Formats: sequence, C-alpha cells, structure tokens
Amino acid sequence: MDLSFVILIEMFYAVATLILIGSGLAVVFGMMKVINLAHGEFMMMGGYATITAVNAGVNVFVAILVIAPLIVGLIGLIVERLVIRHLYGRLVDTMLATWGLSLFLVGLATMIFGNTTTGISTPIPGFAVGAYQVNGYNFFIIVVSALLVLAMLAVLRGSRAGLIARGTMQRADMAAALGYSPDRIYMATFFCGSALSGLAGAVLAPLVGLVPTSGGAYIAKAFITVIAGGPALIAGLVSSATSFGVINQFFTFAVSPVIGEVALLVAAVVLLRLMPQGITGRFFKGKL
Amino acid sequence: MQPSLAKDMLTTVIVAALLIWLLPLLVGTYTLTVLVIYGMLGLSLGLIWGFGGILCFGQAAYFGLGAYTYAIAAVNFGESTLPMLLAVLVPAAFALLLGAMMFYGRLTDVYLGVITLVVTLILFKFINSTAGPQYVIGKARLGGFNGIPGYQTLNVPGDPNAYIWGDAYFYFCALALVLVYLLVTWLLRSSFGRIAIGIRENETRIALMGYDVAARKTLLFALGAAIAGLAGALFANWSEIVTPGLFSLSQSAEIIIWCIVGGLGTRLGPILGAAVLAYLKFLLGQQSSIDNTLIMGLILVLFVLFLPKGVVPALSGMWKASFARRPSGRSRQARRRRRTEHG
Repeated sequence: MDLSFVILIEMFYAVATLILIGSGLAVVFGMMKVINLAHGEFMMMGGYATITAVNAGVNVFVAILVIAPLIVGLIGLIVERLVIRHLYGRLVDTMLATWGLSLFLVGLATMIFGNTTTGISTPIPGFAVGAYQVNGYNFFIIVVSALLVLAMLAVLRGSRAGLIARGTMQRADMAAALGYSPDRIYMATFFCGSALSGLAGAVLAPLVGLVPTSGGAYIAKAFITVIAGGPALIAGLVSSATSFGVINQFFTFAVSPVIGEVALLVAAVVLLRLMPQGITGRFFKGKL
Repeated sequence: MQPSLAKDMLTTVIVAALLIWLLPLLVGTYTLTVLVIYGMLGLSLGLIWGFGGILCFGQAAYFGLGAYTYAIAAVNFGESTLPMLLAVLVPAAFALLLGAMMFYGRLTDVYLGVITLVVTLILFKFINSTAGPQYVIGKARLGGFNGIPGYQTLNVPGDPNAYIWGDAYFYFCALALVLVYLLVTWLLRSSFGRIAIGIRENETRIALMGYDVAARKTLLFALGAAIAGLAGALFANWSEIVTPGLFSLSQSAEIIIWCIVGGLGTRLGPILGAAVLAYLKFLLGQQSSIDNTLIMGLILVLFVLFLPKGVVPALSGMWKASFARRPSGRSRQARRRRRTEHG
C-alpha cells in the first residue's frame, strides 16, 4: 500500500518534470517553429539565477518563481534580437545557430561560475509514508506544473494576447494586415518561451547539483517530449509527458534508473517511427 | 566541364603527397595524426550531409562505436587486423539498421536529427553505466565512465609484436585519409553518387524517376558510418584509451561545426574545417583566460549568420568572381586546378 502510493507520487513527479522541461520548448518550437537547441542552457541559467539570488539573501520561492524567469526571459530577448530574428523560417540554420549558442552559454557559465557543482537545499522538508521517505519538494513540482498547464491554457485560449500570438504564428502576413507587428509578437513569444525555460530550470535547481553542462541532460528529453507531442501545443505536451513519464518510472522501479532513462529514449524513437506527426497528429486532432 | 576522374585523382595524390611531406616539418606528427583522424571524421559527415542531404546529429555515435569495437576486439584477439575490419563493419551495420528504420519510415530533417541525437545519447548513457564487472564482452570489461585502456594497438598484419606507432602511424593515418578521399571522389562520380546528389536536390523527382530513394539513402548513411568507424578505430589507436566521451553531444556538435565552417557540398571543406578547428582548439587549450567551448560556440553562430556556406565555397566563389572574365591560359589552368582540389 505504502509502496504503491510512493510509486504513484513518483509517476506524477516524473510526468510533472517532463511537462516543466518541455513547456518552454513547446512555446518556442511548437508555436514559433524555432528549434532552440540552447533550451537546456536556458534552463541551466535559470538554475544559476536562482542559486545566485538565494545566496544573495532573496526568499527562495521569489527567486524561483519571479527572478529566474525574468532574467532568463531577458537573456532570451537579447538572443532573439541578435541571432534568431535573422533566421526565422530557416529550420536547419536556426538549429545550428542555437547549438552554437548553447556551447557559447556553457563556456560563459564556466568562466563565470567555474566548472564546479553548486546547489541549494530543497526548501520543503520530506515526510514519511509508512516505511518510505517522500521528498516534499516533489509535491511543489507537481503543483507548479499543473498550474503552469492551466495558465498556458488560459492565456492561449482565453486571452486576447494568446489569440493574437496564435494567429500570427499561423499567418504572419494576415496578422500584419490586421495591424499587428509580427516582429514584435515573435519577440514577445520568444520572451515567454525563454521565461518558461528559466522557470523550469529554477524549479529543478534545488534537486540537482548544477554544473555549466547541466543543460545537456534536459535538451533531449525536452525535444522528444515536444516532438512526440505533435502539433497540438498543450494536449501534446501533457499526453507525451504522461506516456514517457510512466514508461520511465515503470522501468526505473522494475529494473534500474539507467534502464528507465534508456527505456524513455527507446520509447521516443519507437513512437516517432510509428507516429511521425506526434501523438496529437493522430489523436486529439484540432485541440489546443 | 568537370576534369576527368584520372586527372582529379592524380592531382589529389600529388597535393596529398606534398602535404604529407611538408606538414610534419611545421607541426609535430603526434598532433598531426589526430588532425588527420578528425579530418576523416569530418569527411564522413561531409559526405552524407553535404552530398546526401542527411543531417545526422549523431555522427559521434559511429565514431565511438568504431573506437569501442576496435578496443573490445583488440583485447579479445590480441592483434589488430581483424579488429580494424570489425571497427568499420560494426558501425556500418548499425547505421544500416538505424537508417533503414528512419528512411523507410520517411522521416525527414527535424525527426532525423532528433532520432540520431537520441540514439547517440542512449549509447552514451549505456556505456557510461557499464562500470560493473558484469558488463564483459569476451575478455574486455566495458569499464563505464573510465573506458577501456591497455589494448593492443596497431601492428603489422600477422606479427602482433611489430607495432606501428609514432611517425609511421602518422603516415599510416594520412594514407588512410587519402584512400578514403579518393574513394569518396570516385563514389561521387559514379551513378550512385550522382543520384545521391539528385536526392539531396529533389527527392520526389528522383523517386518519380524510378529510383529507390530509401535504399540509396540508407546505403549512403551506412557508408558515412563506416568512414566514421574507421576514424574511430584510428583514434582508439592514437589515444590508447576509449572513453564514453567519444559518444558525447559535444563531440557530435564539433563534427557539425567542422562541416559548416569548412563548407558543405565540398569534399575538402570538412577535412580542412576539422583540421583547422581542432588545431585551434589545441592552441586554445594551452591558455586558460577564455573558455574553449565559448569560442567554438561563437564561431558556429557567426558562421551560420554571416557565412552559412562555409570557407571553401566562399573562397572558390571569390576566386571565380575575380578570375572568371579573364580566360587567359594561366588563370584557366589555375581555375581548373582549384576545382580539382576543392570540387
């Protein structure tokens, strides 16, 4: 009984992590069709922003939920203006440029923070379930990612800004004809995507020892989650995160954590082979 | 317009012979060896990306697979001839399977990139986790993060005690690169190579002409993997240890940077890009004020933004622009010579 409860929490936690990791990329790649290979590094910077802010005496939740997304969003804004703006519509070139960017950011972080592991302790204490100890911070992650999905849904579906953004992504020329500047809308959307990446990195920062190359650990997971999700932004994100999270945790408990990771990656390859359009290319068509 | 195959090959051999003779006077052969090996690795991606239009994000997978195959086989057999062959065949077979899975599923650019990236990551994670004593192939322990040290290095076939090392090993690698280069030259002029370029230009049209696009792409992909595997085996001989780092994403990234900087769609570009950037990295590694990765990343971003075609095509374009309207005997000859080198 206790064990099944723990496993259930772990599964929710794995799904929530994947949603968090994928959300920023879902906006940048899913909406804007910009393949941001520096996504992992944006998360890494979110982590560093949090740790630096906490060490400077800021409340840890303020650092995670406000400071890190803002800082990474601003960095994203600079990147968009300097590099990505010139490459919209050139898929492979954006991919290469953002890969270069990711290396650049890793190098920069190494120069600033040094090639050592830093971290902060988790702000929520764990508690016992029968014979097992459960990390209380896992609940925080589950709650944050659930709120995040609801917030994204509300903004994209309910608000005027979301409507304009979605319209511009579909037909930039039409949006321009109606008096909205696609250039600015792209800029704002990229800012939101980067801020989400920063938030994800910040939320996960207390759990991992942060090194400048941490981003590499996230990037593949983020991509397979978003690409396997398919064209529908939120439905795709949630459905693919759920399937991968469950597979990952199943094999983690059945065999070992490494096999769990490998199973996740193998599942992604098989899924992409069977459904090249992603999960929402076949199911939940036309949803958001 | 193209010069004949025999002429092309002759020029290649002469230029290569000159370089092999002159370069050791400038740079130590130990460093040169690894530059040559990286050149071959660059050429392997240059072939499938530049001429086949297949952007593989995991070329390092075949490089690492070749190196590991060589190391494991060399520990088991205690000599180097069969391991060298296996190091070419195993990555090629692996690529054949992976390629068949991808190309018969009609996956293209983004999905191709993600799948090759993920496969590389799987290999990296798996090899990294094989530290325990239960991971043994024959007599070879996989060793996890520490890799496999202390295997038999290259020897004269049939005589395991006659090692090929030092200067001799450099000449061996350089010769291997020249042979691979000539092979690629020949391949690109054969009907297979021409159709591969046709597929890059317009896949649908080639398919409508009745060619089996998936089979040809798979074959080309496997060929690139074979060359990368050979480079991996040579690297294993040079470094005398293989580690999971060979499979890492940064290794894959580097190969792509070489190709972009050197120039896609040329044979010489990736080799040149690999050698120059690897040497630059070697020089940068000797100072500590600026991080190495930062400069590599900056180079990639700047090249994508300002010189997306790469150095070799840009230079040849400049050459054509300055000499095209003066058809005097000398410049025409020079142009022809340049084209044979870079073509």
